[in-house]
Order: sequence, then structure tokens, then C-alpha cells
Amino acid sequence: MTLLTNALLVDPVAGTETLGWLRVDGAIIAETGQGDAPGAGVDLGGKCLAPGIVDIGVKVSEPGERHKESFRSAGEAAAAGGVTTMVIRPDTVPAIDSPEVLEFVNRRATIDSAVHVLPMSALTRGRAGREMVEIGFMQDAGAVAFSDADNVIVNTKVASRCLTYARAMGALVIGHPQDPGLSAGAAVTSGKFASLKGLPAVSAMAERMGLDRDLALVEMTGVRYHFDQLTSARSLPRITRAKANGLDVTAGVSIHHLTLNELDVGDYRTFFKVKPPLRSEDDRLAMVQAVADGVIDIISSMHTPQDEESKRLPFEEAASGAVALETLLPAAMRLYHAGTISMAQLFKAMSLNPSRILGLPGGRLAPGAPADLVAFDAHAPFILDRTKLRSKSKNTPFDGQRMQGRVLGTWVAGRPVFGDLT
Amino acid sequence: MAFTQQHLLGIEALHPSEITTLLDLANEYAEQNRAGGPKAQPLAGLTQVNMFFENSTRTQASFELAGKRLGATVMNMAMQASSIKKGETLIDTALTLNAMHPDLIVVRHPHSGAVNLLAEKVNCAVLNAGDGRHEHPTQALLDALTIRRAKGRLHRLSIAICGDIAHSRVARSNIHLLGKMENRLRLIGPPTLMPAGAADWGVEVFEDMTEGLKGCDVVMMLRLQKERMDGAFIPSEREYYHRYGLDAAKMAHAKPDAIVMHPGPMNRGVEIDGELADDINRSMIQEQVEMGVAVRMAAMDLLAQNRRAARGGMS
Repeated sequence: MTLLTNALLVDPVAGTETLGWLRVDGAIIAETGQGDAPGAGVDLGGKCLAPGIVDIGVKVSEPGERHKESFRSAGEAAAAGGVTTMVIRPDTVPAIDSPEVLEFVNRRATIDSAVHVLPMSALTRGRAGREMVEIGFMQDAGAVAFSDADNVIVNTKVASRCLTYARAMGALVIGHPQDPGLSAGAAVTSGKFASLKGLPAVSAMAERMGLDRDLALVEMTGVRYHFDQLTSARSLPRITRAKANGLDVTAGVSIHHLTLNELDVGDYRTFFKVKPPLRSEDDRLAMVQAVADGVIDIISSMHTPQDEESKRLPFEEAASGAVALETLLPAAMRLYHAGTISMAQLFKAMSLNPSRILGLPGGRLAPGAPADLVAFDAHAPFILDRTKLRSKSKNTPFDGQRMQGRVLGTWVAGRPVFGDLT
Repeated sequence: MAFTQQHLLGIEALHPSEITTLLDLANEYAEQNRAGGPKAQPLAGLTQVNMFFENSTRTQASFELAGKRLGATVMNMAMQASSIKKGETLIDTALTLNAMHPDLIVVRHPHSGAVNLLAEKVNCAVLNAGDGRHEHPTQALLDALTIRRAKGRLHRLSIAICGDIAHSRVARSNIHLLGKMENRLRLIGPPTLMPAGAADWGVEVFEDMTEGLKGCDVVMMLRLQKERMDGAFIPSEREYYHRYGLDAAKMAHAKPDAIVMHPGPMNRGVEIDGELADDINRSMIQEQVEMGVAVRMAAMDLLAQNRRAARGGMS
């Protein structure tokens, strides 16, 4: 039994931040209240207490590239970053596309990860866009969603069959909207900056083209669909209209596309190479506003570990992706401190909405909800040192940057997994 | 302001006065090269390594000759055939080379930014001999010297750059340099070969050749790569020549004393008419090659001086 007192309770359901207390019994939240606590407990000193982050789209790199990240290192990074559930990507080597691989992943996760792990399955074998995986067996083995990650199923007939079958199984499909032809070979977003640097580039319009096709497929098949990463202003009216038309769609954005723009690449800094590439400042601002307005449902880390060797290359050759489990919360605090998104809205996008999309009971500070919690100081300043990150890979774009927001404690199913508050 | 750079990675980082300093010295070398005979050898005892990760005959020969005229020991490394093929990364190659203590490294690489990356990892002077579509600074400098000698100045000129701007590092370095020296720049080419956002670079963009050439003092043509000709970026070679190939009729729209330039190698009958290219009154193409050696001598001389000064300062 744990009693947390004098806490600023961040309630994404009510959209409020109130001073109060919370009592944990076993693995669930037993009781919460405003004002003074009914007894002595752990005094949070007025710091924030929020439901733990549910991060859709974490790459752990097991199986295949354990030198980049393992369930142990990812779990520690997640705990330190207030992420209590990692929904992991299937773009491993080999891909998570059979019940046997999924069983391996579940076993490794159970042994080594400090936080909950929910696996996604590939939608097609080897993420090659040809044959669908055994969607039913994968669901039985614990897959919570189906995604070919950043691979687009080019053949529309294959895509429509996969989505039709997935609809029949009640499966959630997650996809990355992109026109594969137009975006082939691109390393950055096209425009004045990319052209001056002489880098292969793609128009942000490629995202809208992919989105238009995928929305038509969703309308045709009736499948439940989540667009994992929208990054451009032009995509937003499409999503708004699709939701208004009653399609079962949701949309996400990565923290990097909310806090960085194309100019951050600067002098060929490969830690800023992500996929889709960073966009213009206008797009970034539009995405922040879309999160505030609820057009974009979730914010995720899109945690993608890459070792030094894959990044210390000429920009075009360097691997894409950035680690973000530990920096998601402080980076999100930038949006809070800028006054554009409230604390409750942020946790709606990072915790409540992802839980709802996946049909999980978490994401709320209510009696009966799982005691997956994060306590943090939203104001504590620090300078990020990438060598101190818990991830095996240190490829963060925030190295050396001033940030605010420090995790004080993280609980998973009532157990403390980070911090020394209890 | 003197020339203060430790490397020559691009024109973007140079101050206009540094460009002038370099061109002044290059002009002296140009005269000296014409005079012939034995000269002082400011690079005597220094080692210059040419690393070309992309094939080049002309630029490599120009750098080699420049180094030898200044007395440097020049080594050419054929990177196509070397350890890169065995999977070694660019940085490891750079570190290996660095351990041999060269004084100057001349690098050409097919990827934008690769020379910047290499320069971070070595402690000798690095000269960019062309990186991807990014920069080719010595080409822009030799173009500038050619223009200055032909026109008597390097400012307040109308200069057109024509052809495949999108894939051209020569165009980017020239846009930086000619812009810094306060010239009026026009980019002319089919929209498929015009980089996105070019209109925001402080230049005028034209799709029509005759309109763009009106009143120009200098017409710079760019090479069009063979693999970009057949339907991928333009419909055909002959349609391109018809619309964008420089011939006497199109040239008539420029100023009567306008000069014609081309970085070479030329595709006669694709981007430029053979007769115009050989017109000794208008074509500066041979002069450009000559200035290439002089500019590279000046660049290496200045970088070697800065290197000596930096070392002297440390000891």
C-alpha cells in the first residue's frame, strides 16, 4: 500500500491539474482525493503525478540488433522517462511476423523489461507487402496491433485484402502514410534549405498522397486504423474530415516533429535524420496546434536506437531515427512551458488516448485503474548529456540542449521501477 | 581581412574579403604560370593527398599540377579501388590517412556533406573538390577569377547560370560566391532541373532561355549528365538542345560583349553549340581551365600559411 500526498494530480479525463493525494493498493489505484491526505505518505512537494506514458511505436531492436537496444536497456530508459507501457514495433531483424518470433519477444520482455511491453505484429510477412501474417494467431499470441512500420504496402490490392481481413478480426492496423515512389531515397524535406545543402529531398506532399490512399482503403474496408506519424499541415484537414465522416481513424505525431524543424539538421547532423524527415517550422506549429485541438490524438517517442556506426556516415548514407524514451517527457514539457498545450492535454495525448486506442484500462488517475504512474518535476532544469542515457544507443537530437522536466518516480502495476521516493 | 580559414569546404563560409584575397593571389599565380620558368616553392616539404571517391580527370589533374608547381609532394589515392570497397567507412579511411600526417587533403565525394564530415576527423587542411550536390568551391573561385579578368570587376554584373541547377554543386558554389560579391543572378532551366525553393535564394528564376538571357554580362552553362536526358528529367536530348542549348541565336539576347563559360566537360550539341564554345571572342572555357590551376595554387598556399601560423602559435 502506497500513499502519495501533496501531489499535483494530472487528470487527462477531466482535463484538470489539482493538488491532492492518491492511494495505491497492489497493482491498482485504490482511491484519490483533493487537498490534504487522510494519512502520512510520500510527500511529492506539489510536484506532478500523472498516469504513466503509453508509448506506441517503440523499437527495441530485439531480435536481431541487441547491440543497439535490448529489452533491459529499453525498459530502464522507459522507466527513467516515465513510460510505463512500450508498444513495440515489429521492424526488427527478423520482423515480428510469426507466432514463434512473437513468443520469443514476449519471453524476453517478461524476463528483462522493467515496464509493460505490448507487441505489435507485422501486417505482412517480412514487412514485404506481399502476403498477410497469421493475424488471428498473432492476436492469440498477444499482438495488440498490426503494422509494417515505415514500409508502405505498395500493392493496393494486397493492402485492401490485409485491411479487410484485419477488420474481420477486429484488429487495429497502424500505418505510416507516405507515397513510396515520391519519397524514395529522400533524406530531408524539400525546400530552400535542402536544396542549398544538396541533399535528396521529398515534398511533404508525399505524406498527403499516402494518407489519401490509405483513407480510401479505410473507407472501403471499414478497418480500425491509426496513422502513426503525421507531420505536415496539409494532412490535417484530411484527418478532420475522415473523423467527421465517421471513419474509425486516429492519428499520431512523434515528439521530434513537435519540437524540431528541418533547419535543425544544420551542417549535416545525422542525429536529426528521422523518418519522415523533419518539416518546416510552419508544419511544426500546425502539428502542435493539432495536438492542442485534438485533431492529432497521440504523441509518441518513435524511439529508434541506432549505433554510432550507423550515424557516423555522410548524411545520405546514415541511418534514420532517434532514441527518445528518456527525452519524451522533458521534450513534451517544452510545449507546456511554451504555453501551447496544457499538462492535462499532454497526458491525454501521451497516456489516455493511446490506452483508449488499444483498449487498455490505463491512462487515468481513477480508482480501479492500473497503478502505472509517473511523478515528475515539470520545472527542474538540466542539460542533456547523451552519454548518460540508459539506452544502449545514444542517438538523441537533444544532446547538449537545455531542457526542463525531471522524472522523480515511476510505478508499474504499483511497483516502483524508477526513483527513490518510496 | 586576410584569409583565415583552416579548410576550404565551401564558399558559404567565406567572407567577401577572403574571396578577394584568394583571387588576388590566384591572379599573381596565373601570371607566374604564364611566364613559366623556375619559381619559389612555398609548399616544399609538404605532402598533399588527393582522395577522389568519384571519378575525375580534370579536377584531379588540376589539383595535382597546382601542388607540384608549389613544390608539394603529391600523392593520388584511387579511392574507387581501395578499402572503401572492402567496407571501410569514410571516417576510418580519414583516420588512417590522418595517421600518415599529410598537410593537405583534397577530397571529392559523391555525397553532400561528406567532406565536412571528413574535415572534422583529421588535423590537416581539407580542400573540397566537390561533394555530392553541395559545393565545389575551387570551381566557383576559378569562375570568379575568369569573370574578373574578362570583365575587369566582380560586382554589379548580370550573370545567368543555365541548365541542370538541381544536380549541380558548381551552381550552388557559384550562387554563394556571386551573390556575396553583389551580382545579379539568374537561374535558367527546365522546372524538373530547378531545385525546390530556388526562388528564395535571392536569385531570379527563368524557365525561358531567351527571356532569362536578356542583358546578361556572363552566361554560365552547366553540364547535363547523360543519365538524366532520356525521359527522366527532360524528354530528350534534342528537345533540350532546342529549348536550353546555348547557340548564337539565344546568345544574341545577352549583351553584345557577354562571355560564355562552362565548367567542362562539355556535351557539344546538348547544352552548348560547338562553334560558340570555340569562339575565342566569347568563350572563356580554356581560360577557366587555366585559372583552375592558379586558383588551386592560391587556395593551397593560403591554407598552408594558416596551418603554419596555427602550429607556430601553439609551440
